[in-house]
Amino acid sequence: MKSRYDNEMELEFLSKSNNEAFARITVAAFAAQLDPTIEELADIKTAVSEAVTNCIIHGYESTEGLIKIKATLLKNEIEIEISDNGKGIENVELARKPLYTTKGDLERSGMGFTIMESFMDEVEIHSVLDIGTKVIMRKKIKKQEDVEENAEKNEEKNALIN
Amino acid sequence: MNSRFEKKDNVLYLEITEEIDHHTTEKVRRLMDNEITRFMPRKIVFDFSKVSFMDSAGIGLLIGRYKLIKLLGGTAEIINTNKSIAKVLEMSGILKIIPIQNKENVG
Repeated sequence: MKSRYDNEMELEFLSKSNNEAFARITVAAFAAQLDPTIEELADIKTAVSEAVTNCIIHGYESTEGLIKIKATLLKNEIEIEISDNGKGIENVELARKPLYTTKGDLERSGMGFTIMESFMDEVEIHSVLDIGTKVIMRKKIKKQEDVEENAEKNEEKNALIN
Repeated sequence: MNSRFEKKDNVLYLEITEEIDHHTTEKVRRLMDNEITRFMPRKIVFDFSKVSFMDSAGIGLLIGRYKLIKLLGGTAEIINTNKSIAKVLEMSGILKIIPIQNKENVG
């Protein structure tokens, strides 16, 4: 089988809260192949942690189920798909809103999707009631050479302007 | 989690020693509430120097403890955050009620 991606991996684990750290560390280790900065890696870890926690608390409501993560690398972009077969989201639009939570009693802040959206470039949410939820997130890792090149260009520009 | 109570100024330092996510918050929450109700401080200081990771579960944790200290008439502060934790805190808007204090301002 020839993959259309440069690399891909799949991970399946039980919806136990001690797997939150396992999931984010594993995806971060996989993403490390793109040579991200520490900050980019922290962004990915945080977004994965939020998505997996959502599967556990909301999808399965703390009962046991399977959570699946599929991550693919293509050029300098990572795509992470996190899905559960849980109860689904009634109103995705509402769930995306900052501070909106259905679990205020658990001291949840309602910032999960907001954090995913601001730490990743793109976030798609697909959810069907009683079937499950799939979150697809993408992030481009900026190549170090590009960053340096841009900095150089800016310097040149500034030199011209001055 | 480690804690240190300074009697002179009635300040309780809560030094978190684990990554903060939904899994770890339950334990940390219990430990913090024990210490807060035990010392009844005027101020709590959350020390993040040993925290390498925090997601939005940490926001809920901090807001919950803030509510408790407010009931006791006290205030709360955050010290020693790394860059990515500061980013999560800033995004949540929580810094308006629990500010990050620079080291030099802390007694």
